[in-house]
Amino acid sequence: MNKAAPSEPSGRWTDAAMTRRVRRRYAAEAIFRGAGLAAITLSVLFLAFLLWSMASKGVGGFTRYEAQLPIDFAKTDLFLDPAAIRGPDARSAVAGADLSGAISAAAKAAYGPAGTQLFGDAAVDRLTDAILANPNLVGGKTSLWLPVASKIDVAAKGEGSAAAEKIVAGLEQGHALRRTFNAQFLTGADATDPTAVGVWGALKGSVYTILVTILLAFPVGVLAAIYLEEFAPRNRWTDAIEVSINNLAAVPSIIFGLLGLAVFLDVMNLPRSAPLVGGLTLALMTFPVIVIAGRNAIKTVPPSIRDAALGVGASKMQVTFHHVLPLALPGILTGTIIGVARALGETAPLLMIGMRAFVAMPPRGVSDPATVLPVQIFLWSDEVDRGFIEKTSAAIIVLLLFMLLMNGIAIYLRNRFERRW
Amino acid sequence: MSLGLALVAVLIVAIAAGGYGYVRAGRLRLSTRLHSLPSYHGAYAALWAAIPALLLIAAWVPIQSSLVDRAVLASPEGQALPSFDMQRDAILTEAHAIADGQLGQGFNAESATIAPRVRTEQTRYALLGGAVALLAAIGGATLALRRNPLQFRARTGVERWVMVVLFSASLIAILTTLGILLSLLFESLRFFRVYPPQDFFFGVHWSPQTAIRADQAGSSGAFGALPLLWGTFFIGAVIAMIVAVPLGLMSAIYLTQYAPAKVRSWLKPILEILAGIPTVVYGYFAALTVAPVVRDFGLSIGITSASSESALAAGSVMGIMIIPFVSSMADDSIAAVPQAMRDGSLAMGATKSETIRKVLLPAALPGVMGGVLLAVSRAIGETMIVVMAAGLAANLTLNPFQSVTTVTTQIVGLLTGEQEFDSPKTLAAFALGLALFAITLLLNLIALHIVRRYREQYE
Repeated sequence: MNKAAPSEPSGRWTDAAMTRRVRRRYAAEAIFRGAGLAAITLSVLFLAFLLWSMASKGVGGFTRYEAQLPIDFAKTDLFLDPAAIRGPDARSAVAGADLSGAISAAAKAAYGPAGTQLFGDAAVDRLTDAILANPNLVGGKTSLWLPVASKIDVAAKGEGSAAAEKIVAGLEQGHALRRTFNAQFLTGADATDPTAVGVWGALKGSVYTILVTILLAFPVGVLAAIYLEEFAPRNRWTDAIEVSINNLAAVPSIIFGLLGLAVFLDVMNLPRSAPLVGGLTLALMTFPVIVIAGRNAIKTVPPSIRDAALGVGASKMQVTFHHVLPLALPGILTGTIIGVARALGETAPLLMIGMRAFVAMPPRGVSDPATVLPVQIFLWSDEVDRGFIEKTSAAIIVLLLFMLLMNGIAIYLRNRFERRW
Repeated sequence: MSLGLALVAVLIVAIAAGGYGYVRAGRLRLSTRLHSLPSYHGAYAALWAAIPALLLIAAWVPIQSSLVDRAVLASPEGQALPSFDMQRDAILTEAHAIADGQLGQGFNAESATIAPRVRTEQTRYALLGGAVALLAAIGGATLALRRNPLQFRARTGVERWVMVVLFSASLIAILTTLGILLSLLFESLRFFRVYPPQDFFFGVHWSPQTAIRADQAGSSGAFGALPLLWGTFFIGAVIAMIVAVPLGLMSAIYLTQYAPAKVRSWLKPILEILAGIPTVVYGYFAALTVAPVVRDFGLSIGITSASSESALAAGSVMGIMIIPFVSSMADDSIAAVPQAMRDGSLAMGATKSETIRKVLLPAALPGVMGGVLLAVSRAIGETMIVVMAAGLAANLTLNPFQSVTTVTTQIVGLLTGEQEFDSPKTLAAFALGLALFAITLLLNLIALHIVRRYREQYE
């Protein structure tokens, strides 16, 4: 009777079976904890790898190689009227001349037959600027540093074809090749030649689009938030509004693009590819985000503020606009900036409304054809020329910096102005 | 352009009325007590002058354009235009552009001949509309200023207007929802008139390329959406979730249950960055970096059909993007489990991981499931990653190394590039959009329902 059944686990801590069991349980604990740590580490590593791969590929996009080219204008068959290039229409006069032919003739003279492949569109741009800055250049002999063609540029950065690599080696031997900062990338617009492309056009388009978005979505969103939080009666209408706001916040962005296409372009006949339409579409998308952020911010304003203002005789409207809204504004602004930053990175709805056109001129207004930075990235990623790979990554760096700036502002606003009650 | 002039005139009238109301009430206030401040009297007059007139102008713009078109077509020049609708509309559009000075020369020669007519008709109707708006502004201002400031409660009047503005702002939400629903439904119905819905939803063959010649084989294009829906489900709900759910859930558990407060305050925002990166960046990353690795891996383990546009590459990158979303949803639902349950389990001698696995997770499961459904809904609506990294080939396959296509990819494919708005290809994009909208809406409703019911249990 006093013998314990062998199958029954004993309850004593010192038992071998018990310690084994406890050890196993603690091992499971460590494994579980390790799995959690591994998961978060892996996620952060993914992020680090993503950013690192964009940064390492993109840094090269901010630089480009230039080669020295001695030009003897007398020997090229370039015809430029000395009076015209000093006149008011100098730019169109120079643009009409066959600069690319002159460059390739000069390159052939300097570097042999392979020289004709040395320079591309960017070199023509540079020569145009040089002639405009100093019309006396034409007719004499000069030596200029010109950006090399994409193929040579890629080869100089170590990923080109064997033939291009040979040209690069030849240039380097003669000290006729140098790497410089690519200012055109920050000031130019889209182009067919990757060494001549720039993000300024797309950046400007993004700024216009975002401005339209903010101007429309922010006031309307704040007013709607005020209405829903402070004035709306509890009835079916209010429920319908709330349900649609919550649903809109979860609708895929591409659906807003379809809406923009059907309503703004097809019914209202607004201009295609324009920042105006892009901004309108993104405003509809950002509106529910602002309303939700606004309501949360208004909710945090304590009722005592309202009671005090009502108590000294302010009307409900005065309470809201003189006291509640100013106190809630930092919170609303933070939410708005986060929503706008998301709209800034949005691509799909803008593809739907035709903002994917090739736009070689920065837009001058909200109704000019334009593209935005994310769409520009998408367009460049589709290009075959290898020179576009680093340009795409470089544009991504610009976009991420832009977004970092906006989120930084949001965080600053939150820390600086947000009150804890 | 004279409507812009009318706009300025209306604003001038409003400012003048407001200024007059303000000054008049300000003078009276020197000698007596008024109910409202002078600024309210001014604002009341300005609002009455501006709002009805501005609404009139806004309503007039579309009416005017249709009136102008009708008048132009009725004119002798308009009668001479070809009767074929599409061509006539194209000419009209060009004539409008020429009349506005946006275009120097039209593609159709007729547009130049009717452009002057368009301009005169535009001026005529703009003058008409502008005059009506201006009259409304003056009328509104007079009406408002006829009130005697001694008795009139201007603040109440202004507040009534503000209330109207507030309410209309909130109506935008309903209007947008209606706009989405109606535009999708309307275009889809037009699509289903030319293409039978049962073939669309249950067809397994998708090749939207319409033939150029009528006698070409398969000239109508095939719009069987099943492979697309499968591809969407496969990438968004299977592959992405296989990556996102374990990583997101375990991250949330580690951050909420194990990590010291300081580590948590650093790691959580870093994790959130993953959600803030634009999707086009993920798409580029997937296409350039991940896809070749996946293809080479597939080839190395002997899958000869491994494509460089594989479902696996797109799906896994999408999963990475969704991690913070799953993690924060899991975080919320674990935090909602009452402390008493956790304490009870720990008091019984369970280890932390046993408490989490046996008590917290089962209790938080509905919330986590709701979060996962929301994540799925977000993943299947995601566009850029699949456009850039998944292919256009509509395959019904279970092989993650093969290329599949998704609803969003096809919408982008169908709508980019130049084509007529009415072609079945364009309309098919709207039908796909409707399907996508319905699926995401359904998923969201189910998810919210689960989350809400679960929350009620503990409160």
